[in-house]
Amino acid sequence: MASSGSGYDLSSSTFSPDGRIFQVEYASKAVENSGTAIGILCKDGVVLGVNKPLLHKMLVPGSSQRIHTVSASSGVAMTGFIPDGRQVVNRAREEAANYKETYGSTIPPKILGDRMATYVHYFTLHGSLRPFGASCLVGGYDEVTQTPELYMVEPSGTTYSYYACAAGKGRQPAKTELEKLDLSKTPITCEEAVKQICRIIYMLHDESKDKPFELELSWLSEATQWKHKGVPKDVIASSVEWAKAQLEEEEDDDEEDGMEE
Amino acid sequence: GKSIQKRLASCVVSIIIASLLFFLILIMALSLSANASSKERTTRPIVTGTSVLGIKYDGGVMLAADTLCSYGSMAKYKDARRIHAIRKTLVGGGGEYSDFQSVVQLLEAEALEDECTSASLYDTHSNNAKETWNYLRAVMYNRRNKMNPLWNDLVVAGMDAEGAPFLGWVDKIGTTFEDNLVATGFGSYLAIPLLREKYRPDLQEGEARALLEDCMRVLFYRDCRALNRIQIAKVDQEGDVLISEPYELDTQWDSASFVTPVADLEGDGGW
Repeated sequence: MASSGSGYDLSSSTFSPDGRIFQVEYASKAVENSGTAIGILCKDGVVLGVNKPLLHKMLVPGSSQRIHTVSASSGVAMTGFIPDGRQVVNRAREEAANYKETYGSTIPPKILGDRMATYVHYFTLHGSLRPFGASCLVGGYDEVTQTPELYMVEPSGTTYSYYACAAGKGRQPAKTELEKLDLSKTPITCEEAVKQICRIIYMLHDESKDKPFELELSWLSEATQWKHKGVPKDVIASSVEWAKAQLEEEEDDDEEDGMEE
Repeated sequence: GKSIQKRLASCVVSIIIASLLFFLILIMALSLSANASSKERTTRPIVTGTSVLGIKYDGGVMLAADTLCSYGSMAKYKDARRIHAIRKTLVGGGGEYSDFQSVVQLLEAEALEDECTSASLYDTHSNNAKETWNYLRAVMYNRRNKMNPLWNDLVVAGMDAEGAPFLGWVDKIGTTFEDNLVATGFGSYLAIPLLREKYRPDLQEGEARALLEDCMRVLFYRDCRALNRIQIAKVDQEGDVLISEPYELDTQWDSASFVTPVADLEGDGGW
């Protein structure tokens, strides 16, 4: 599928003859090998979720956070190389603190996404640096326009505003499911989004092949006074129950369809 | 002959230019070195707040301060807020108001960073009052050592790590102490004796408030840079952090020594 690169892939500062920068594409590959992250923009807020595979049996659950608070009303979920992602998150925190000190108000998510994009892009320009192997989903609340917003920053520095986005291993099926929700025309509430994310993550998870995982979820909404917080554990638990029940129903429906034929 | 002379001349000129440049750079380097030059350090306060009082009561801690910022002897800003709440801690400041605003901004940035970098999305640790007090000690002492102080006397009030009421004091040179009752500025001379007389460990909230109001009234009578418009703030053990809206204290000027100030003296009381 991808051509071998042969000589044009040794440095970020080299274009290939067909106009690609292979190092940046390889960085995206690093993201594609990692746990799925999903973000949904809701009518009353933003929800971020990350599938965190538990790589070792001796890992203490809850360590190695994937979702971080970046400012009073912004959160970032990352997937890919976690140390790379942490570096981007730290820079995002510095940008947010700097903005607050200079202008006195919380950084609008558009500007935060912009600053992160500029930072990530910088590392694709220099031969002595490698690109970040992490994608960041940025959810935030703009106090001036009074709207929640969702952005995704990719290793190339590309940043778009999304109704819903996914990154990581299961991003293709996740994107298909998210498109089915038709969020631009029929936005959903944050509680509903938590359930949908649980359903999609559990749908992608194959009990026999994949490792056990932890689901990290966060949201910011009017109910949290637009502060970025972890989704309460009981809400996650009930959403997971709902998701599992939904998936069983769908399986039964599929079986019935199969039998009827 | 002539070309050698030309070359000599151009050599001399270039040596002179090089040495001039060298000295220029040397002087610049010296002026930017370790000690801040006198253009860059605080030597005197301009817009100032006066006393801040603090007292512990049974179940919490209470602060009082007036809402005046003076511009020398002019009572310029009569609605200045000299007590701020940062999360669950109160900080009150007298002295240079811009430095106090800078301290509040610094503490807010620290609190925000703590919230962002806490161990999990579910546990947002923020510094308790005692930790804030200690942090301010480090900040003030550090500035003092650079001969560029933040010209403030600060009072820090709230709870400590065990949840017991905490009241601490930090001054512009980084001295600190904690006590059941504190005061800055004129308050340390006029209010402390009154607070000490009335303080009891089981002082009730209402009594503490009345005591602080009384001290603020005395300060208004006797401190030339005080105002009778005050704010009271409290942190209690249930976790409530409240700063009242400013209100005016009533005062009485019909005391004999105010009405006839030179009653027993001959003349007008002058020399």
